[in-house]
Amino acid sequence: MALLDIEDLRVTFTTGDGEVNAVNGVSFSIEEGETLAIVGESGSGKSQTAFAAMGLLARNGRATGQIRYDGRNLLELKQKELNRVRSEEIGMIFQDPMTSLNPYMRISEQMAEVLTLHKGMTKRDAIAEATKMLDAVKIPDAKNRITMFPHEFSGGMRQRIMIAMALLCQPRLLIADEPTTALDVTVQAQIMELMAEIRAEFGTAIILITHDLGIVADTCERTLVMYGGQVMETGPTDQLFERPTHPYTLGLLRAVPRIDRDDETLSTIAGEPPDMTRLPKGCPFTPRCAWAHGPCPTIRPELLPAEGYPMLRRACHAPVEEVK
Amino acid sequence: MLNYVLRRVAVAIPTLLLLIVISFALMYAAPGGPFNSERPLPAQVMANIEARYGLDQPYWKQMFDYVWNVVVHFDFGPSFQYRDRTVNDVIAQGFPVTLTYGFWSFIVALVVGVSLGAAAAIRHNSWLDYLAVGISIGAQVLPNFVMAPILVLVFTLWLGWLPGGGWQGGQIEYVILPVIALSTSYMASIARITRSSMLEVLNAGFIRTARAKGLPTSRIILRHALKPTMLPVLSYLGPAFVGMITGSVIIDVFFSTGGIGQFFVNSAFNRDYSVIMGITILVGVLTVLFNLVVDLLYAWIDPKIRY
Repeated sequence: MALLDIEDLRVTFTTGDGEVNAVNGVSFSIEEGETLAIVGESGSGKSQTAFAAMGLLARNGRATGQIRYDGRNLLELKQKELNRVRSEEIGMIFQDPMTSLNPYMRISEQMAEVLTLHKGMTKRDAIAEATKMLDAVKIPDAKNRITMFPHEFSGGMRQRIMIAMALLCQPRLLIADEPTTALDVTVQAQIMELMAEIRAEFGTAIILITHDLGIVADTCERTLVMYGGQVMETGPTDQLFERPTHPYTLGLLRAVPRIDRDDETLSTIAGEPPDMTRLPKGCPFTPRCAWAHGPCPTIRPELLPAEGYPMLRRACHAPVEEVK
Repeated sequence: MLNYVLRRVAVAIPTLLLLIVISFALMYAAPGGPFNSERPLPAQVMANIEARYGLDQPYWKQMFDYVWNVVVHFDFGPSFQYRDRTVNDVIAQGFPVTLTYGFWSFIVALVVGVSLGAAAAIRHNSWLDYLAVGISIGAQVLPNFVMAPILVLVFTLWLGWLPGGGWQGGQIEYVILPVIALSTSYMASIARITRSSMLEVLNAGFIRTARAKGLPTSRIILRHALKPTMLPVLSYLGPAFVGMITGSVIIDVFFSTGGIGQFFVNSAFNRDYSVIMGITILVGVLTVLFNLVVDLLYAWIDPKIRY
């Protein structure tokens, strides 16, 4: 049985401008110890998918469908039960480590409260355990620095602290929502390396949400491409990157700057992400797709196994190999 | 930290001197004097009285003598109005009264205001939120000169539960109505500031982190959200506290409490120069003091502020 199994997840926000359909029928699963990347542009619904799983949607958001963890639907859990899943079973880190740590509390307090609450430890034991975890994520001089405040650390260090805090109860799944977006490039590499080590050491399954395809290629076994709140394509990362078959995936890959090929100018995907209050009936990518034809604007493509590409599932009426 | 406090105290001295000079100048610029009345006094009598209070001296000397007495002897001089009392007596008599009902007003305004504002923010856009916003707007637009007679009408005349005035050394039943009347509008302001501040804090990334950690809501509010919520409230609390403990003429008049609010206004009407100056300096010193306290509290809440 999969560790986390999401089926037909829909997330809707009620706003002054009407209903915003951020996630529209997303289904996927992740196995114990697996690494899955969810990629897509801003507004593709990738973060909201994760927030829905953790019960972290904004107040005006509503999620329907199934998010099964260990056989239980997280969307139906009572607050108290959900609080046990959070951090004990699923840890989460966020985009901006500057704002996701509480600037008014010492690191020791912020970390210790997880352990005193979930594991019933005394404060002293909890701080000792937290210090060990900070050592594990390579915070130098953790024993003394643990009593400092977040602003006394650099961005990369803060993200390390976030990771350490998310791992305190040794969750089986770590959801990383754009963990490197706010960091500079050298620090990005260090954080990704750290995540790889954590996976090796603790066997934690990781969902990495990002729009940076560069970091996906090295770290994740499987990739899920989202657009307009829907899954466009999913499959093994190598396969997806080497021979993209979905026009959107192809567009995304072409938009990645590369230094090994200098003959090519950087291409972008023309047009803008869709208006989530008024999604087209068919494939949301239609207006921007060079190969859109007959059924694309009216019939929504289903996520189906792609012929000739084992392990690959995609939702497209005009896959690359057919049009070329 | 100690250095900072000493520096602030050092800056306070010229500030207060400036306050004295300006108040003194304004007072003298206003026409009339403490001993002018409908029927002019004979010139000789007037001259004698003025000589007794030093009013015949040149302006700069009067001011210098005044400052000298205040600073060196801690003597604010005799009252021009109450022949048998000095300003020190007036303040010693009135300030404990205003301090008592002002302090309790502050506590009530703070506790009720913060609770109401926080409850509204936590249940944003619910009936509780609307109720809290309604109460705070209502409390704010209801001036205390309307509030005070309504309270007396209801609790004294109709229900007969509480005395409608007097002080009796500050017995609890005499304190309750003045405290309600004085604290209401401050409470409303505190509730509004708390609500908008907490709404912002609850949207912060670190609150989402706290939820992702599986903390119960009560702990998220009390341990994570309350401190940063209080930052903007705090800057209001300094002046509000001084405003409350230096009393209100409306409270003093309506409830006959005998606080310095009443003395202050009477002294202005009567040109009781020394009482005006005494109370102005008292308010000035308290303002400087509590602004310092607020700044120190800021540093306690926000670790990024270090002096």
